[in-house]
Amino acid sequence: MDLTPLLLSRIQFAFTISFHIIFPAFTIGLAAWLTFLEACGLITGERIYRRLSDFWLKIFAVTFGLGVVSGIVMAFQFGTNWSELARRTGPIQGPLLGYESFTGFALEATFFGVLMFGRDRVPRWAYFLACLMVSIGTSLSAYWIMVNNSWMQYPTGYSLTANGVFVPDDWPAILFSEAVRTRFPHMVLAAYVTSAFCVAATGAWYMLRGTAVQEGRAMAVMGLRLAAILVPLQLLFGHLVGDYVHDRQPAKFAAIEGRWNDQQPASEILIAWPDPKNERNLFEIAVPYLGSIIGSMSLTSKEIGLKSFAAEDRPPVAIPFFSFRIMVGCGLLMLAIAWVGTWLSFGEGLLKARLFLVATSLSFPLGFVATITGWYTAEVGRQPWSVYGQLRTADAVTPVLTSGEVATTLTLIALIYALIFGFGALYIYRLLRAGPIPTAEISLYGTNPKRPLSLPGASPGVTGAAGIGD
Amino acid sequence: MVEFWAFALGFSILLYILLDGFDLGVGMLFPFASSEDERRRMLAAISPVWDGNETWLIVSAATLFGAFPPVFAIVLSAFYIPLFLMLAGLILRGVAFEFRYKATRSRPLWDAGFVAGSYAAAFVQGAAVGAIVEGLPIENGVFVGNGLSWISPFAIFCGIGLCIGYALLGACWITQKSSGPLRAFGFAALPKLMAALLAFLVVVFAWSMAIRLPVLERWTERPLLFICPLVGLVAFAALAEGLRRGNDRFLFLSGAAIFLAAFATLAGSFLPYMLPFSLTLWEAASPAASLEFLFWGAGIFVLPLTLAYTLIVYFVFRGKIAEERSY
Repeated sequence: MDLTPLLLSRIQFAFTISFHIIFPAFTIGLAAWLTFLEACGLITGERIYRRLSDFWLKIFAVTFGLGVVSGIVMAFQFGTNWSELARRTGPIQGPLLGYESFTGFALEATFFGVLMFGRDRVPRWAYFLACLMVSIGTSLSAYWIMVNNSWMQYPTGYSLTANGVFVPDDWPAILFSEAVRTRFPHMVLAAYVTSAFCVAATGAWYMLRGTAVQEGRAMAVMGLRLAAILVPLQLLFGHLVGDYVHDRQPAKFAAIEGRWNDQQPASEILIAWPDPKNERNLFEIAVPYLGSIIGSMSLTSKEIGLKSFAAEDRPPVAIPFFSFRIMVGCGLLMLAIAWVGTWLSFGEGLLKARLFLVATSLSFPLGFVATITGWYTAEVGRQPWSVYGQLRTADAVTPVLTSGEVATTLTLIALIYALIFGFGALYIYRLLRAGPIPTAEISLYGTNPKRPLSLPGASPGVTGAAGIGD
Repeated sequence: MVEFWAFALGFSILLYILLDGFDLGVGMLFPFASSEDERRRMLAAISPVWDGNETWLIVSAATLFGAFPPVFAIVLSAFYIPLFLMLAGLILRGVAFEFRYKATRSRPLWDAGFVAGSYAAAFVQGAAVGAIVEGLPIENGVFVGNGLSWISPFAIFCGIGLCIGYALLGACWITQKSSGPLRAFGFAALPKLMAALLAFLVVVFAWSMAIRLPVLERWTERPLLFICPLVGLVAFAALAEGLRRGNDRFLFLSGAAIFLAAFATLAGSFLPYMLPFSLTLWEAASPAASLEFLFWGAGIFVLPLTLAYTLIVYFVFRGKIAEERSY
C-alpha cells in the first residue's frame, strides 16, 4: 500500500474525526442530562439534583473545551486536504457548515458562560433556561453536521454546473432529506445513550467504592432507566437508517451484510471472514431467509450482492462489515444491562448485585465504541465516493498535496492530540475520583467561563468576574 | 448579496484581527514579563475574552467557505503546512490557559506552548496576507503551486510585521488594563514597537506598490484612498501623544485605528479582487441560492446576535484588572 497524499489525508481525517466524535457524543447527551437534572430540581426542590448537576457540569466543561478544540481542526481540513471537495460542493456544504458555526457559537458560547458561573447570579428558572439553550445549541450543531454529512451520503436538491460545481436548487430537500430524517435522530440518540451509560457507570463505581453512595445510586438508577427507554428507541432508528441505506446505498448495504452474490431469497450472515481478493467469505455462519426479511421485510426478495457493482465502485468490505457488528453488539449489550439494571432498581436489588455493578461500571465505553464504529460503517461504506455516486474521494483531495506534507501534519496532530487529550483525560479522571461535593461546601463558582477546567480556588489571579473589572 | 457577504467577511476578519490580535500580542510579550505575578496579570487581562476573540476566526472561515468557496479552497491548500502550525499553536495556546495552573512540573511546557502558539499564529496570518498580495499561482480557479509557494522574502517580512503589530496591540491592551509594574512594562515596550511598526508599514506599502504595479493606478485613479494612510498617521500621533502624557485611556483605540487604516488601505488597493489579480468577489462568490440561504438565517439574525454578545462580554469585563485576591 503506497502512502499517497490521498491515503494519508483519509487517515488524517479518520484520526481527527475519531477523536472529535467522542466529545460531541458526550456533550450533546450531557447537556440534555444537565437540563433534565435542573428540571427535576426545579419541580421537586430536592437538593440531590443540584449536587448531581454541579458535579456533571464540571465534567461537561472539560469535554466541551476538548470538543471545540478538536473540531476546529476538522473544519480547516475541508480546505487544506479536501480543497476540491470544498470548491465543488462549497455552495452547498459551505452554508451548512457556516450555519453550524454560527448557531453553534451563538447559543452554546452565550449560555455556556451562564452555566459556568451564573448559578447564584441568575434566577433558577433562568439557569434552567441556560441549560436548555446549551442543550439546544449542541443538538442544533449536530443537526447541521448531520445534514451536511447526509447530503454527502445521499446528494439531493442540487444541480451540477458545466465545471462540476454543485449548486443548490432545493434547500428543503437538502435540509429534510430521507437520510437526515433517520440519521439525525440516530446520532442524537447515540449521544444520549452514551451519556446515560457514562452516568450509570460512574454511579455504579461510587456504589462499589462506597463513596457518595446516595448520589451514586441516583446516577446508576437514572442512567439505567433512561437507557432502558432510549436503547430500544435507538435500535428502532438504527433499523430505519438501515432501510434507507438498503434503498439508497446498495453497495454499502451489501458490504455491511458481507454479501458477494445476488441472493433470492437472501440469507443473513451473522459472522464471517470476508476475503475481498477472491470475492467471497472464507468462513460464515448465516441464517436463511433472514437477509430478505431484514432487507425488504419479505421472505422472497432478491438482495443485491457486491459483485453486481464494478470493482472500482465497491466499498472496502472488512471495515463496514466488522464495525457494523461491533456497533450492534454494543447496542445489544447495553440493552441487556439497561433492562436488567432497571429491573434490579425497583427495590434494593441494585446494591446487592455487586457483579452487576462491576459490569455496569465497566460499561462506560460501550456507547463511545458503538458511536465510533457506527461512523466507520457509514463513512467507510460510502467509499469510494466522497459525494455518493457523484464525486470520488480520489477526486476530492487537494491536488497539489505531497505525501511528505500530509505525513508532517498527521504527525503534528497526533502528537498534540496525544498531549492535550492525555492531560484532559487525567483531569476528567481526577474529577470523577473526587466525586460530587457535599451540599454544605457548594458555594459560588470561583471559575472563569473561558477557562472551564478550573476548580474553585484553583486558579490564582482570575477569581471569576471578581478578578477583573472595576 | 455578494456585496453583503463581502462586507460581512471583511468585518469579521477585521474584528478577528483587532480582538485576537491583542491577546496573541499579550502572548508574544509574555516571556518578557519580569515576574510570575506579572505573567498572571497578563493572563488575567485576556482570559475572559480570548476564547470569544478566537471565535471570530471560525466565523471568518465559515463565512469564507459559505460565501466564497473557491477562495477558501485556494487559500487553505496554499498554506497547508503553516496553517496546521497555526492550528497547533492555537490549540496549545488555548489549553495553556487552563493547564499551566494545574501543572506542577510541566508549567514551562504550557508556557512555551502559549508563547510559541501566539508567535506562530501571528506569523502565519501575516505571511498569508503577504503571499496573497504577492499573488498565488492560480489557474482556472484552482491553486497550482506547491507547499512552499508561499515562502518569499515579502511574505516572511509581512509575517514579522504582523507579529510587531499584534505585539503593539497587546502592549496597548495590558497597559490599559493594568496598573503598577505591568503598566510600566507596557509603557516601556510601546515606543519600540511603534517605531518598528511605523518602519514596517512604510516599507511594506512601498514594496507592495513595487511588486504590484497595477495597484499604483488604483491609487492615482482614486485619490480618496489617501485618506486611509492619513487616518493611520493621525492614529499614530494619538498613540504617541497618549504615551507622552502617560494617559492609557485611548491607547488601544489608537492602536486599533492604525490596524483599521492598514486594513482599509489593503482592501482599497485590491478590491474588487479577493485574490489579486485572479479572482474577483463575483467570480469567487457562491451562487445566489447559497448566499440567500445563508443570509436569511445567519446574516440578519445570528451574526448581529454574536456581535451583541461580544459587546456585552467586553462591557462586563471592562476596566482594569483588580488587585490579586487570595488564592
